[in-house]
Formats: sequence, C-alpha cells, structure tokens
Amino acid sequence: MTDLPHSPEQPVPAAKASRWKTFIRSDIVWSYRRSPVTITASIVALLLVFMAIFAPWIAPYNPFNPATLNLMDGFTPPNSNSMGGRYFVLGTDSQGRDVLSTIMHGSRVSLFVGAMATLFAMVMGVGLGLVAGYVGGIWDAVIMRVCDVQLSFPAILIALLIFGVARGIIPPNQQEGAAIWVLIIAIGLANWAQFARTVRGATMVERQKDYVAAARILGVNPFIILLRHVLPNVVGPVLVIGTIGLALAIIEEATLSYLGVGVPPTQPSLGTLIRIGQQFLFSGEWWILLFPAITLVLLALSVNLLGDWLRDALNPKLR
Amino acid sequence: MLAFIARRLLQSVIVMLVVAFIAFLVFRYVGDPLANLLSQDATMADYEQARERLGLNQPFYIQFFNFVINALQGQFGVSYRLQQPVSQLILERLPATIELAVASSIIALVFGVMLGIYTALRQRAFSTGVIMTLSLIGVSLPTFLIGIGLIYVFAVELKWLPSFGRGDVVQIGWWRTGLLTQSGLRSLILPAITLSLFQLTLIMRLVRAEMLEVMRTDYIRFAKARGLSKRAINFGHALKNTMVPVITITGLQLGSVIAFAIITETVFQWPGVGSLFVNSVAAVDVPVMAAYLVFVALVFVIINLVVDILYFIVDPRLRDGARSGR
Repeated sequence: MTDLPHSPEQPVPAAKASRWKTFIRSDIVWSYRRSPVTITASIVALLLVFMAIFAPWIAPYNPFNPATLNLMDGFTPPNSNSMGGRYFVLGTDSQGRDVLSTIMHGSRVSLFVGAMATLFAMVMGVGLGLVAGYVGGIWDAVIMRVCDVQLSFPAILIALLIFGVARGIIPPNQQEGAAIWVLIIAIGLANWAQFARTVRGATMVERQKDYVAAARILGVNPFIILLRHVLPNVVGPVLVIGTIGLALAIIEEATLSYLGVGVPPTQPSLGTLIRIGQQFLFSGEWWILLFPAITLVLLALSVNLLGDWLRDALNPKLR
Repeated sequence: MLAFIARRLLQSVIVMLVVAFIAFLVFRYVGDPLANLLSQDATMADYEQARERLGLNQPFYIQFFNFVINALQGQFGVSYRLQQPVSQLILERLPATIELAVASSIIALVFGVMLGIYTALRQRAFSTGVIMTLSLIGVSLPTFLIGIGLIYVFAVELKWLPSFGRGDVVQIGWWRTGLLTQSGLRSLILPAITLSLFQLTLIMRLVRAEMLEVMRTDYIRFAKARGLSKRAINFGHALKNTMVPVITITGLQLGSVIAFAIITETVFQWPGVGSLFVNSVAAVDVPVMAAYLVFVALVFVIINLVVDILYFIVDPRLRDGARSGR
C-alpha cells in the first residue's frame, strides 16, 4: 500500500515555461480559439467587467453627486449638448444624470451583487453537497429533500420571499445599508441547490475510489479528505454551474430591482435603471431605458455563452 | 393502487404542514403583528387586551394549531396595507392570474408544438436554424425586458394594443372575467405572450427532441415502407407518441407559470395575485406574504399529486414496481 501506482495522466511537474506551453496546447485553449462566439463573448464580458470595476475613475460624470447635477441638463438626447452646454454621449435622464455614467455605476452594483450571491450559493451548495455525498444517511436525505423542494419552486419566488422576510426583521433605519447584503443572501439562498445536487453526485462517485479509501486508512481527518482530496476532483462541474449561475444571478438581481424590491434607489443597479427608464417610454425619451437594457442583455448573454462553452470544453462527452 | 395514493397524499400533507409552519413563523415573528393593528397611542393595557383577543399569549404549538385551522378555512387575517381580509384580496385577484396563466399556456402549447414539429421535420432548413437561435436568445433574456420590448413595439410605436391593465371586465358570480369584452381580450394579448415565451421554447425543444427520437424508430420506418402518406406518418404515428411528456411538462410548469406571473403582472400592471404579492413584499405586508406562500405551495402540491396519480394510471410498469415493493 505504500507504493501507490502513479496514474499515467498525472502531469509530471515541470518548469514554468513548459507549463505555460502545456496550457497553450491543452484542449481547453484549443476549443476556445476554435470558437469565435466564445472569443467575442469573453471580450464583451471583460470590457463590461472592466467598465464596472473602474466606474468611479473612468465614468465621465459622477451621477450621484448632487453638486454636479444640473436640472438644465435633463432629458438631453444621446450624442448632443445639453441646454446647460455639456456633452453627453448617451444622453441624460430626468434629473440630468449622464446615462453612460449611471450605467457604469449600475453594472458595478449588478456585477457585485451577482458575483457575491453566486459565491455565497457556491460555498453553501458545495459544502452541503460534499457532506451529503460523503456522509450519506440521514444528512444526505435531509439535504437532498430540501434541494428537491427548492428546485421545484422558481428561484425568483424564493428570493422574493427571503427578501420580504428580511425586510420585516431588520429595523427600518438600517434597511438601506443592509439592502444589498439582504439581496445577496436572498439570491444566494435561492440558487445553492444546483451546486449541492451536482457536487453530491460527483462526491458519491469519488467516495468509492481507492485514493479516498487509502486516505481513510491512513487516518486522515474527514474534513481534510473532503477539502484536499475530493473537492479538487469535483470542481469542474462547479465552475460550469458557477458561470451559468452568475448569469442567472445577474438576471435575478435585475428582476428584483425592476420589481422595486431590490437595491435602494440611492445605489441603482441595471434593473433599477430599467425601471426608471420605463416611465419615460411613452414620452419618447427612449435612451433612458434602451442603453441600460442593452448593457444588461450583453452582460447576461456573454456570461451565459462563456458558461455554455466551459461546459462543452470540460466535458467532451456532451458534444 | 390505494396504498400508493394514500402514501402520496400523506407526503403532500407533510409538505403542506412544513410550508404552513414556515408561513406561520413568518406571520408570527416578522415584524410585530400588534404594532400594525393598534394605533400609535395605544396603552399597555390595550396591548394586553389585543394579545389576549388574538391568542398571542398562548403556547407556541396551540398558536400553530390555530393558524393551521384558520388556514384550512381560508383565513389568513387582515392585510396590514389594504385593511381587508387576505382571503378576500386573493380571491378577488385570482381570476386575473388564472386567465393569464391559462391563456399563456395555450399559446405556449399550440405554438411550441407547431414549431417543434417544424424544426424536427426540416432539420437542415435555414428557417430551423433561425428559430433555434431565436429560442436560445429568448431564454437568456429576462422576462421583464421581453415585456417592455413588446410594449414598446405594439403599444408605443404601433399603438395596436393597450400596454397595461385588464381592460373592461364582466362579473360572473365571484369570478371577474376579461375574456368576454373586446378591450379585455386585447389587454390579454401582450401579457399572455410575454408569459408564454419561456414555456414555448421549452415545449418546442422537447417536441423537437422527442420527434427526432421517434422518427428513428422501427415502426416509423415500417410505416414509410408501407407507403403511408407523410401526413399520416408525421401526425398520426409520430406526433401521438411525443405527446405524453409534453403534456406532463406543461402540467408541471403550470405552477411555475403562476409564479412567473409575478414579473409579467408587474410589467403590465395586471391586477392579479402576483402583483399583489410583489406590492406586499415591498410594503412588508406579512399576512399576504404568508397566505401567498401557502397558496403557491398548494398549487404546486396539487399539480404534482395529480400528475403522479395520472402517471400511475397510465403507466402499468409503475404499478408493478410498486407491488414488488421497490
């Protein structure tokens, strides 16, 4: 038992340069370079993420500083100078806020909430999935039953309920500050079941394998076995679900904010901007609605396409 | 057979009890029910009296028991926001949601099956590629954006259809219907399309996959060898065998449709249960939230139960499996 056979696929540790070469020659890079849709999607996603992260520094105006707002700039159409004499690429809204700048700040909020919620769902789902798959028995039964019930309800309904309950528990004067975190937890709790179910399945397969048995016989702590040995082997599908889940979370955040129960109006996300823009649909100020909507669609679509590609690339059997 | 139904019934009751327990916790411990019922300058004695009257000083399990008994009679208290009995509010708005859900399911079923057959039979046609791509984009678009887009095209630009509300309604007993007036029907079109799109793509993909599967089987090859007309093969033999899963999925999706109606109803200001729920969440109107939770769970449980029992009746293999004790 001391001399475990080396599996032939195990890459031999090598110098840094050749590891980079191995990466370049790997299947995953090959399938990436072969798919123009994926390349476009990743460029769009990167641009949007860049725009969101650096919004406070690269946005042309600060839309949330009342001192720089001028009502004279209100309702400026795209690509024109306002009555106040300033230039706006994508126009302004009713209060004279630059639409491009609000979009940049809005995607920042949307991406932050989406990413944190997905991270939360991932940690919770993977943790519970590992426990359910590895320990089995009553834990497995309880966790999976909760998963089943949750998966049969639409995520948006669950997120709405959790949000409503949290609003009732948190005292009113703290609600504005807590709103984003409540939103993150609500969306995260609504999405963990997918992770748990997948990880549980993969863990049950891994548990049967010799390396787990070997670790057990050596007396390794079960937590160490799960985290150091089992987790790396189930991480592939988690990445795929995580990417697609990120797109879902962004859409769920936008939907909740659109419904008026998401982020507070002082920190508008893309969904809030669309909600505001819809008020001006009938009076002809289409740009207040259209540009945030396009940004949201581009964001969700590009992340979704990346997730689809990742799924195919990591699992050649599906092709 | 009876044992199976009894077991499923028992499971359903347990699920409903769990949901009722969650709803009770929400109802009882989120916010202070008394603060919402009594006026600002109520004295401590008033509070004591109200607590006595509402049974809030009784043990936990008795309160839960009373909650379940009341829920069974359809009583969920009084809405904080609208000061009306919750059951009355939900009953008033239920017809609007049901009409919307049924209309959108019919649209989804008809067009989904048609497009599914078309794309399966013309597998290599250019139009099939277009339809499949459109369906992918449609799935990844948020529902509320599709609704806004439809409003922009058909209400703002073309001015063909109304953009919000239910139009004129007719009262039949307690059921208030918009299906009997012209403006009611016209108002139904855009929301129903918006709500149906997700289901439509799902059904289309399902029908297409099932059709492609069936077309490869021996009995279809046999039918072709017998020289049957294309029409008889495609519709008489192939389509019939794809319908069981399609009907199951449509049935199971009906619950999701009612939940998804939350978004559509908000976009089109449709006066249904979903928009009632959203407004209640925004205003932390706890009794309505608790009642909606129980209501949606009931819809889901009933649909699942009916589908399970229908399966049991239709599929003899399940019966044998049950007898041998699984």
